[in-house]
Amino acid sequence: MTRSLRPLMATTLIFLFAYMLAVLQHPGMLSTRVLGNFLTDNAFLGIASVGMTFVILSGGIDLSVGAVIGFTTVLVAALIMWMNLHPLLAFGIAMVVAAGFGAIMGAAIHYLKVPSFIVTLAGMFLARGGASVLSPDSIGIQHEFYSTISKSYILLPGGGRLTVVGLVMLAVFAIAILLAHRTRFGSNVYALGGSETSAALMGVPVARTTITIYALSSALAGLAGIVFSLYTSAGYSLNALGVELDAIAAVVIGGTLLTGGYGFIAGTFIGVMLQGLVQTYIVFDGTLSSWWTKIVVGVLLFMFIVLQRLVFRAGSRRP
Amino acid sequence: MTDTPVLEARGVVKIFGQHRALDTVDFAAMPGEVHALLGENGAGKSTLIKILTGAYQPDAGELLLDGQPITLRDPLHGQGYGIGTVYQEVNLLPNRSVAENLFLGRQPTRFGLVRRHEIEARARQLMAGYGLDIDVRAELSEFSVAVQQIVAIARAVELSGKVLVLDEPTASLDRTEVQRLFAVIRGLKAKGLAIIFITHFLDQVFDLADRVTILRNGKKVATQPLSTLNTTDVVRMMLGKDVAFEHHPSSLSSGARGAVRVQFQNIGRKGMAPFDLAVHEGEVVGVAGLLGSGRTEVARLMFGVDASEVGTFEVDGKPVTIRNPAQAVAVGFGFCPEDRKLDGIFGDLSVRENIIIALQAKLGWFKALNRDDQIELAGRYAEALDIRAANHDMPVRLLSGGNQQKVILARWLAIDPTFLILDEPTRGIDVGAHAEIVRTINRLREEGLALFVISSEIDEVVAYSNRIVVMRDREMVAELTGDAIATDAIVQAIAGTPQEVRA
Repeated sequence: MTRSLRPLMATTLIFLFAYMLAVLQHPGMLSTRVLGNFLTDNAFLGIASVGMTFVILSGGIDLSVGAVIGFTTVLVAALIMWMNLHPLLAFGIAMVVAAGFGAIMGAAIHYLKVPSFIVTLAGMFLARGGASVLSPDSIGIQHEFYSTISKSYILLPGGGRLTVVGLVMLAVFAIAILLAHRTRFGSNVYALGGSETSAALMGVPVARTTITIYALSSALAGLAGIVFSLYTSAGYSLNALGVELDAIAAVVIGGTLLTGGYGFIAGTFIGVMLQGLVQTYIVFDGTLSSWWTKIVVGVLLFMFIVLQRLVFRAGSRRP
Repeated sequence: MTDTPVLEARGVVKIFGQHRALDTVDFAAMPGEVHALLGENGAGKSTLIKILTGAYQPDAGELLLDGQPITLRDPLHGQGYGIGTVYQEVNLLPNRSVAENLFLGRQPTRFGLVRRHEIEARARQLMAGYGLDIDVRAELSEFSVAVQQIVAIARAVELSGKVLVLDEPTASLDRTEVQRLFAVIRGLKAKGLAIIFITHFLDQVFDLADRVTILRNGKKVATQPLSTLNTTDVVRMMLGKDVAFEHHPSSLSSGARGAVRVQFQNIGRKGMAPFDLAVHEGEVVGVAGLLGSGRTEVARLMFGVDASEVGTFEVDGKPVTIRNPAQAVAVGFGFCPEDRKLDGIFGDLSVRENIIIALQAKLGWFKALNRDDQIELAGRYAEALDIRAANHDMPVRLLSGGNQQKVILARWLAIDPTFLILDEPTRGIDVGAHAEIVRTINRLREEGLALFVISSEIDEVVAYSNRIVVMRDREMVAELTGDAIATDAIVQAIAGTPQEVRA
C-alpha cells in the first residue's frame, strides 16, 4: 500500500469507529433518515471542499471560498427576485461569475508570483464586500422552482430522503474523483503539488493548470452557494462565514497533505461526513453545546497533522 | 563514430554583468560517445550545459543540431529537438508513481480519461529495458536515488533520444549504484546516443567517457580522447597553466615560524577522514584539491558549521569547544565562505553594517556599538583593505565581487581574529582584484595572522602558502612545505596514482 493511502485509511477507520460508538449510544442514528440528512445538511460544505481539495493538492490555499458562497447566494437571490430571471439562468450566471473570479485569482497567483494565501485573502474581502454592496439585508427567494426542488427527493428504504442538493454533492464528488485520478488535468494538479519546478521542466502547463484550479475552486464555491440558497431559500451577504476553514479542515482530516501533492477526493468526502457526524451526535445528545463540534474538529485536525508527519517522515524506501 | 556531431556549440559566449562566464567556447558531441565535461567551480561547465539544453541563450556564437543551426527558447524546446537533461537533483515528481513520472504530459487517453493500465504496462516494459524489475505503480520517492536517476534517464531518452546531458548524476550514489547507472549509460551509448557527462569524479570519467572537454575560467582548455591522457594531465589542465611562478619571499622563510595558534586534533565526522593540523602565527596553510575532495567540509568543521564528532580544538594551547559558529567566533575564528552571495554578505545591508556585524555579534546585544564607532571602524578597515565604495552606507550587493570579498575580510579583521579561514577567496573575481586579494593575504600573514586558505587555483595557493595540504577523497593525503611546494608535486598528489584512483 502506498504511503499516501494511509491517512485515507485512518480517516475511514476513525469515521466507522466514531459512527459505531454514536450508534451504540443512540441506536436511532443508524438509519437512512440520518444518512440522508447528513448529505443534505453538508452538501454546500462538501461541494466547496472538493474545490479546496484541488487547490490544496496543488500546494495552494483558497481563503475566498466562504465569501464566494455568500456572494453567490446574494447574487442568485438578486437575479431571481429583482431581475425576475429564471433560477436556472441565475445559476448559470452565478457560476460563470464565480469561475471568472477564481480565474483572475489564479492568474494573479501565477503571473504576479504572489502567494495564494494573500491573493485569496484579498478575494475573500472583495467577495464578502461585494455581497454586502449588492444587498446588506437578507433577500428571501420565493419561486416555484425553489419550492419544487426542495420538495423533490428520492425515498430511500427506511424512510430516508436523498434530496436534490444531496444528489448534487454526490455527483460533484463522483466527477471530481474521475477528474483528479483519471485525467491529465488531475495529474498536472498533483505534479504542481509535488514540485512546481520539476512539473514545469516536465512540460506541465503551469499557468493554465493554476488558473483552472482556482477557477474550479471558485466555480464549486459558486455551486455551493446555489445549494446553500436552495437549502435556506434566501440570499444573505453574511452566509457561510468561515466555511473556508471548515473546508480546509475537511480536506486535511480527509488525508490530504497541506503542503500539496498527496491526497484523495474521497478522503475529503469522509472528512465532511465526519464533521456532519459530530454535529448530528450533538443534536441527538441534546445536552451538549454545538461548540463541541469545533473542539472535536480541532482535535481531529491536530491528530491528522501529527499522523501525516509520522507517515511521511517514516518514508520507507524500496531497494 | 561518424564525423558530424549531433550537437555542436561554436564560439559560444555568455556574459553575466561584467563577468564572462563563457568565452568563445567550442564544443561538439558525437553520436555514440560519452563526452565528459570537466572543470572546477566557476569554470563555466554549468553555463555551457544550460546553453546546450536551452536554459540560457548565448550572447554570441551558435548551436548546431545535426549541422543545422538552432535557437533554443527553453529546456522544453530543447527536449523537442532531442536534447534531454538529467540533473543531480532528480527533477521528477517524488509524490507520483514511476509510471506517471515516465508518461506525464503524454498519457494515452480515451474519452478524456487516462488509460492507466496501458501506461503501467508500457512503463513496466520500459523499465525492464533498463534492467529494472520494479513496481511501477509505487511512488517514486520510495525508491533509491539510483533508481530515480534511471527513471529520469528513461524519461529523458524517451522524450528526446538524440543527446543526453547528465549533470553530476553520480553525486549522491554509492559505488554499486554508480556501476548500475554506468551500465545503463553504456547501453544508451551503444544505441548511438550522444551522452554529455558532467562530474567531478575523475575515476568515473576515465571509467566511462571516450573524450573529455576541459574548461577553465570560462575558456576551453582542450578536447581530447581520454585514451591519450592520464589523471595527472587532466588535473593539470583543470587547475592551471603549467608555468613556474614565484613564491612570495616571506612565505619561504619557513624556518622562522611563530608559535602554534590553533591546533586541530583528530577532527572529523561521518564521511570525512579525521585530520590533525596545527597552524602557526604568521603562517598560511593552503589547501589544494579538486571540487568534492572535502576541502570545504574541512573548513566547515573548523568553524563549527558542522560539529565535529570526535577530536579536540586548542587555541593558543588552551582546549576550546567548537560545536557551532558562535563558539568559533568567540575564540577569534573568522570564515569567508565559498558562496559569498549566499553565505557571506548581507546584500541589502550597508558596507558599514556588513563590516561591524561580526564584532557586534561577538560583543553581544547589550554592548551596542554606537554610530560613531561604527563609522570609525568601517572607515579604518575600508581604507586598510582599499574597499572601493561610493560611500559606506550603500548596500553591499552593489559592490563588485572583489570589493564584497574585502568587506567580508574586513568584517573578520574587525574582531581581531586569531585564525582566519578563507574558502575560495578569489572565485568569480576579476583579474585585478584577484591579485589584490592575494597581496592582502600575504600582508595579513606578515602581520602575524594564522590563515587557512582553500583555492582551486594551484598557482594562487603556491603564491601565498607556507605549507600546502592536499586533499583527495575527503582525506588529507599529503602535506608539502618549503621547497617541496611546486605545481607538479601538487598535481601528482591530487591525481594520486591512476591505479589507485580507478577502483
